[in-house]
Amino acid sequence: MPINYYIFLSLALFCIGIAGVLTRRNAIIIFMCIELMLNAVNLLLVAFSKMHHLKNAAINATAGTDGQLFVFFIMVVAAAEVSVGLAIIVMMYRNIHSVDVNFLNRLKH
Amino acid sequence: MRNALDIVWLIPLLPLAGFLINGLGRKYLSKPLIGFIGCGVLLASFIISIWVFMQVKGGNTHTAHYFNFISVDKLVIPFAFQIDALSSLFLLIITGVGFLIHVYSTSYMHEETQEHFGRYFAYLNLFIFSMLLLVMGANYLIMFIGWEGVGLCSYLLIGYWFKNNEYNTAANKAFIMNRIGDLGFLIALFWLIFKTGTLNYGDIFTSLGNLNQSDATIITLLLFVGAAGKSAQIPLYTWLPDAMAGPTPVSALIHAATMVTAGVYMIARSNALYSLAPISMNVIAIIGLATAVLAATIALKQNDIKKVLAYSTVSQLGYMFLGLGVGAYSFAVFHVMTHAFFKALLFLAAGSVIHAMGGEQDIRKMGGLSKKIKITYITFLIGCIAIAGIPPFSGFFSKDAILLSVYENNKILYAIALLGAALTAFYMFRLLFITFTGQFRGTEEQKHHLHESPAAMTIPLILLAVLSIIGGLVGIPDVLMQGGDKLSEFLSPVIPIKTSEVVHSTELSLMALSTVLVIIAMIIAWIRFRKYSYSESKGLGKVLENKWYVDELYEKLIINPLNKLGVFLNSIFERKVVDGLVNGVGKLVNYGSRQLRLIQSGQVGNYVLLMVLSMLLIFVLQFFLRK
Repeated sequence: MPINYYIFLSLALFCIGIAGVLTRRNAIIIFMCIELMLNAVNLLLVAFSKMHHLKNAAINATAGTDGQLFVFFIMVVAAAEVSVGLAIIVMMYRNIHSVDVNFLNRLKH
Repeated sequence: MRNALDIVWLIPLLPLAGFLINGLGRKYLSKPLIGFIGCGVLLASFIISIWVFMQVKGGNTHTAHYFNFISVDKLVIPFAFQIDALSSLFLLIITGVGFLIHVYSTSYMHEETQEHFGRYFAYLNLFIFSMLLLVMGANYLIMFIGWEGVGLCSYLLIGYWFKNNEYNTAANKAFIMNRIGDLGFLIALFWLIFKTGTLNYGDIFTSLGNLNQSDATIITLLLFVGAAGKSAQIPLYTWLPDAMAGPTPVSALIHAATMVTAGVYMIARSNALYSLAPISMNVIAIIGLATAVLAATIALKQNDIKKVLAYSTVSQLGYMFLGLGVGAYSFAVFHVMTHAFFKALLFLAAGSVIHAMGGEQDIRKMGGLSKKIKITYITFLIGCIAIAGIPPFSGFFSKDAILLSVYENNKILYAIALLGAALTAFYMFRLLFITFTGQFRGTEEQKHHLHESPAAMTIPLILLAVLSIIGGLVGIPDVLMQGGDKLSEFLSPVIPIKTSEVVHSTELSLMALSTVLVIIAMIIAWIRFRKYSYSESKGLGKVLENKWYVDELYEKLIINPLNKLGVFLNSIFERKVVDGLVNGVGKLVNYGSRQLRLIQSGQVGNYVLLMVLSMLLIFVLQFFLRK
């Protein structure tokens, strides 16, 4: 498959993510949208590393594998981040009985 | 015996030491001790000066190099002294006449408190030191240091009685007027450095070929601006009459030994430069003559004994510049010398009169003093005869030498100068007769108080009187005595001898003419002022009494507009523009930050939106910038 399909797919995912973050007020949905953006980038990274591998396998058998590996690391970090983020949201719900980010404007002060 | 030229540095150093001792110890030293130190250092300098004078007689030029004062790239200005005929002659005048004035001061200032007495002598010594530096320097920069030094000291001494605000104003006036001239001098120095790359006399005068005529003209004119400030020429002369605010011996010092002769010295020193610039010479001659006549007319109607003398100094300086302008440098220096004698004499005698009158300076309240203060009267008379130019007194020879050079140069200038000479005789004898003859017009108390001054004052008077009589004999013109002009011969290593081409019979008749005119002026003065009583002057007399309203003119033309400009700049420019700019910057930042603060809404959505937008902006910019 041409690389373009992957690029457009991940671009679409990324834009959906951005749109979600900008428009939704529910913290959990915003969080999911962020994950969506993250995964769009992951997809792009995997696609490019695959392309790189196909192109250079003749010269270097391991070409592009580092990109694949990178993605795993990103997933691990994302998982850790999700746990922290969810914990924050839980604490937020306990304190203000809502997960609406518009109530969350105390950073101003 | 060691060579005197090895210890020339002592000549200025001694007065400097005197200044430091008297200035720092003025609270601890007793008055006799202060006087002794003040006079002693000068006497020592004078003795060394005589010794040095003997050494340079044969035409030696000695340069004593001490260290490099400024050394930048190719420009090297050494701290060096140049001792030659011209500077050694000035050394003699400065230290000799200065010493007599110091001795006189010990008595004249005896009423001052110990502290102020010390301050006075410290200033006097500093004054002499600056002047010595001025004439001894081997380059224009050292001269400039001395030049500024005398300006400072004149300010300090004119404002010596600083509790009187008028005196302070006079001191300010002297200082500011001098600064105007100094600026010209300074620009001339920069121009010289720019064109020749050096300020050493020796280097400049030996490589004059590098200067083209327009440069020489500009430099010499700028130097003349400096000289006009220091030596009180039109238009910067008004400070000198106001400088009378200082104690009388200070006036004597400023007028005779130091300060005002600096300009003449500078031009005589730069004679090689001036010879390249005939336009400057003409300017100097015309301004000198104009000053001479203008000041003489003002002196006709002044009623303050010191003011008359002050204007006569301005007038005599005008003659010196006239002499310089027609190329008679050595005669101008000759006139500086004789003038130093008789003007110091006249001022000190005037001081003696003022002393006798208990501080009164108005000649309308004097009269008939000749019987009470005989020595002062006789010495003052000698001074008058000398300045009027009656042979064989000193003033005759120097003035006549200048007049003759003018005659050779331009007959019209000569006629005006001759008129000025007659005026000189007239106002001097008017002063003499009003002060010393007729009836006493002061109060009874003053009449009782009248007494001859103590010996410390009369002895300098007598010495100066002797010098005023015989001082001219060093420059007897050839027509009267073959080889009599010893002074020009002495100065010939520095100033080339100028031979006169006037026929001897013409020269003799010119001398006779000027002498006869002077005597006629004397007789008119005798008839008019022998029995003087003051009457209000009208018409021209009133204009003269008010000094041609020059001060008022300056006030209207220069001072008031400057004041207005200052007020304008303060109230409009400073308040509105400068303050507006400064406050405006503050206000702008304040306003901007208040607006910018609204961005921080605390809404996460807004932040994200901004983030996305700015990222998009970066992408767009990158997209376009890559093209």
